[in-house]
Amino acid sequence: MKDVGFISLVYIITFGSIIGLVAFTLTQGRRLSRQVPDKDKPWT
Amino acid sequence: MNSTAVRSVGTSSTRLFGALAIACMTWVVVGGLFFTPADLNQGESVRIMYVHVPSAWVAYLAFIVTGIASAMFMFGKKHSLGFDRVAGASAEVGLMFMAITLISGSLWGRLTWGTFWEWDPRLTTTAFLFVTYLGYMAVRGLGGSPQQRARRSAVVAMLAVLEIPLVHFSVVMWRSLHQRASVLSTDGDIKMDGLMLTTLFVGVIGFTCTFAWLVSHRQRVMAMRDILLATQLDSALDERIAEGGRA
Amino acid sequence: MSTSPNIARVARVVAAKDLRIEMRSRIVVQQVLPFAGLVMVMFAFALDNDDVLQRVAGGLVWLATLFSLFIVVQRSYAIETTDGALDALRVAGVDSQGIFLGKSAALFVQLITLELLLFVLAVVLYQVQLSLAGLVLLVTCVLCATAGLAFVGTLYGGLTAGTRGRETLLPLLLLPVVAPVVLSATRATESAFSSGGAVLADGWPWVGVLAVFAALFGIGGLLSFGALIEE
Repeated sequence: MKDVGFISLVYIITFGSIIGLVAFTLTQGRRLSRQVPDKDKPWT
Repeated sequence: MNSTAVRSVGTSSTRLFGALAIACMTWVVVGGLFFTPADLNQGESVRIMYVHVPSAWVAYLAFIVTGIASAMFMFGKKHSLGFDRVAGASAEVGLMFMAITLISGSLWGRLTWGTFWEWDPRLTTTAFLFVTYLGYMAVRGLGGSPQQRARRSAVVAMLAVLEIPLVHFSVVMWRSLHQRASVLSTDGDIKMDGLMLTTLFVGVIGFTCTFAWLVSHRQRVMAMRDILLATQLDSALDERIAEGGRA
Repeated sequence: MSTSPNIARVARVVAAKDLRIEMRSRIVVQQVLPFAGLVMVMFAFALDNDDVLQRVAGGLVWLATLFSLFIVVQRSYAIETTDGALDALRVAGVDSQGIFLGKSAALFVQLITLELLLFVLAVVLYQVQLSLAGLVLLVTCVLCATAGLAFVGTLYGGLTAGTRGRETLLPLLLLPVVAPVVLSATRATESAFSSGGAVLADGWPWVGVLAVFAALFGIGGLLSFGALIEE
């Protein structure tokens, strides 16, 4: 049943890295957002 | 420092993408792992396809977005740095999806062909895409002003648009020399039933929305970093000038 | 008043300058050629099988060329960045397209010299056989491949010139780009040598790929070199 192992590995790596990058981006965004005044942000 | 009312970097459009992405991804995980049937030919390993095919699609999408954004930076009248940031963000996110494509493709190959690697054109070209973008990110990290960085990276990205199809074409020519009994592509020979096709389609949408969300957010993060860098530079200059005045 | 010199004239002057510097310093001749020769010897040590060596001789020649390419390109720009020579050229208003063509031409000459040595070594060390028809294919292949390598080397060399980490960044950028050249040149060379049953006629499509590559990057380089060396 090595299929199960490989398939789970793929799903874990895929969604793990996506969630990781999302989390990192969110925290970095919030941190920088605190330091930059609102008027300078192009999307507000 | 300034306390700002707006903490989050999201806007209504990114939140829409985000919600859609989460919904689609949930479908993919639940459907891909549990509800879809195993394939007649490939067995269970087809489940990897629900992840591999969308990430390959996004990897190439990222490559195209970086190329177009770079061109718009270079040839636009205003040379707007926003395009450069989109190019850079797309490359960063694309790198992750390229890695996922290569890993999932390799593991799928191990299950179906018995080998971790085949020199088939699509996998080989993706590997070259990956390395090319590592080089692109290295060029972005060379330093200098945002304009210098933008110009250098834009040229590299546009040359990459030239190079990748050449690589793909020459590998296709190369592999056609080695006639194989069964020409296997990374898709394999899949006869997909309705639910399988739908899951694949939902996966493509979900991955694309994730890509769009990530690129928007990273692009904004890069914008804020550039602003902070500029203000730090300004305040450092002001301090030096003030020192000169006092002395 | 005088009009700015046209591109061809600039190219000739720049190429002559680069080659004259090389003739006086003899860096390529005294250092790079021996290096490339040693690489060919190292291949023999590593592979340790006369049949294998003869079979893969084409690939080994182009690999040795590839390794030497990095050094020769770095050298081509080292002479520019010391004393800010390239900046001086730009500030003087010299056409960047002329600089690109000139440096590519000089690089082309140096690479051809290198490859000549390597092919002689392949015949001597690896017992490669070459017919007259094979020679025609080989010469065409070498000319087209070297043109492509010269254009690409000049382009990416200009990008990394004077930057930190250039010794490591240049190979990283250059290798994926020259992959089609290595692939096609090796296939064409194997056809020319008739190694491993390769047929002469099969080599010509690969030469076509090399020609397309050289044309695309020649044009691409002409268009983008200016933006790269601008600051």
